[in-house]
Amino acid sequence: MTGTVRSLAAATPSARKQLDQLDRAWYIDKIVQFIVFASGISAIIFIVGIFIFVTKEGFGFILGAFDFAEFFGSPRWKPTSEYNPTYGILALIAGTASVTGLAMLIAIPFSIGAAIYVAEFATGKTREALKVLVELLAAIPSVVWGFIALSLMNPLIIELFDVPVGLNILNAGIILALMAAPIMTSIAEDALKAVPDRYREAAEALGATRWQVISKVVLPAAKNGLLGAVLLGVGRGFGETMAVLMATGHSINLPDSIFDSVRALTATIASELGETVVGSDHYQALFTIGIFLFLITFVINLCADLVVRGIGKV
Amino acid sequence: MVEALTQNHPYDTVPKQAPTKPSSSPVKLDIRNLSISYNGIPALVGVNLKIYENEIFGIIGPANSGKTSLLKALNRMDMFDSAMTVSGEILFDGYNIQRWRNVYALRRRIGVVFPLPVGLPMTVYDNVALAPRLSGINNKAELDETVERCLKRAALWDEVKDRLQSLGSLLSGGQQQRLTIARALSQNPDLLMLDEFSIAVDPVTTMRIEDVLKELKREMTIILVTNLTQQAHRLAERIAFFMNGTCIEIGDTESMFSGNVTDNRTADYIAGRFG
Repeated sequence: MTGTVRSLAAATPSARKQLDQLDRAWYIDKIVQFIVFASGISAIIFIVGIFIFVTKEGFGFILGAFDFAEFFGSPRWKPTSEYNPTYGILALIAGTASVTGLAMLIAIPFSIGAAIYVAEFATGKTREALKVLVELLAAIPSVVWGFIALSLMNPLIIELFDVPVGLNILNAGIILALMAAPIMTSIAEDALKAVPDRYREAAEALGATRWQVISKVVLPAAKNGLLGAVLLGVGRGFGETMAVLMATGHSINLPDSIFDSVRALTATIASELGETVVGSDHYQALFTIGIFLFLITFVINLCADLVVRGIGKV
Repeated sequence: MVEALTQNHPYDTVPKQAPTKPSSSPVKLDIRNLSISYNGIPALVGVNLKIYENEIFGIIGPANSGKTSLLKALNRMDMFDSAMTVSGEILFDGYNIQRWRNVYALRRRIGVVFPLPVGLPMTVYDNVALAPRLSGINNKAELDETVERCLKRAALWDEVKDRLQSLGSLLSGGQQQRLTIARALSQNPDLLMLDEFSIAVDPVTTMRIEDVLKELKREMTIILVTNLTQQAHRLAERIAFFMNGTCIEIGDTESMFSGNVTDNRTADYIAGRFG
């Protein structure tokens, strides 16, 4: 070490110049740093850009025909009425919330259970096969799920429960659960796999049974990742459009039971935006729904972040 | 390494029978012809050992000599490791542990301390209260008492008594290792197995833990696996020297360290000429 220092101090002027020369590796390093920085910062630019665009399109409505009490308090969504157009999204919120809620009720235990099996119990070929199949399931396009809802679930629900329409909350909730479960399973499994084996061994050495190891040590240790998986599922539920459009029945309705047809916020935007005049109240109202969806996802993510940080502080 | 195990090694003789302990302590562990292999590759061959109650039994030897495998077999950790095969007999208080159906009950009687400290990602209190809770104790007063007693015995109480609710995994390495010991003690084990506990611990903490072990010896049997021959010398009454998956020699610590050994490799190892 001292030898190196001494030889540097005694370096000839030409050797010093060499140390000061910027070579190819130096430039490549700087370029790669810039590219990585740009990729990282682009996420922020995109999200801000989307927010500005959506807000700009919806802002005219918020300043004009928008009435807070009507918008959030009225179940009457009649933007095309000739004389008295009303813009109440309560029924749409109820539609999205009920479908997402039911989907999560089914998908959370299902996917956490599947993740526990794949991560903790399955071995060898079973494990590999399951992982591949779960990932395949996540890759099925949402319109295919919508097709299954229409042609398979619809008659099945009519027959099983003796109801007039099979396109309802139950149908959409099950379809959405099936869509969200694979990705939730995958993320939850990663979270469980990230728990170091020495934690498991330490608990086993204390005489914990397999279930005790999982419930007392592995699940608590992986709770942040599991929460992330659940929130990803909730986000998927709020954002899903096509399958929900096809499976819910698409009728504006405050539901009384899971056999009622509803309409979701996203499906409303998807089905109506193409029919509106750009810049009209209706058009801008749809963008206001977009702002609302944006804010909901923002709040969900913020809550998740706060919860995760709160847990970490203990 | 593998060939050395499978071929007939010139030194592969039956190890000298352990000298019986002069005291009248009953046999805690009787290991008979124990062999362990992983996927058919032997890790431990034909070990015969008797460990008496209330002694500290040291196991020394270079890496890959099968020391940790022996501990794993004693704790029935082979159960979840499909690659690991155990043959031979291990009698714990006279019962063959391979025949115990409830391995969890067996493990509750054996405390284990691993080479690297394992502070579970829960509070200091919960770390120590885990084992009692697993066995169904939920009485707050009883848990409080156990936590305080175990932390005191592990010489950690004074340092953590004001922050029992902070995360156990945030303690320093030496503190986490004492936390691991406290956790192992919380189930009142009859047998405490320490696997190179001082690897990630500073010398001062190591000395404190060693003092703790000398105290604990009165209540339980301790198996001390260590790379530090001097540590074995300080603590153990008897020592087994393991190498290449065989038990080369068993003897009284004092006589072994005063040169009274039968095998050249033992002498070389104890003298620090290899290892």
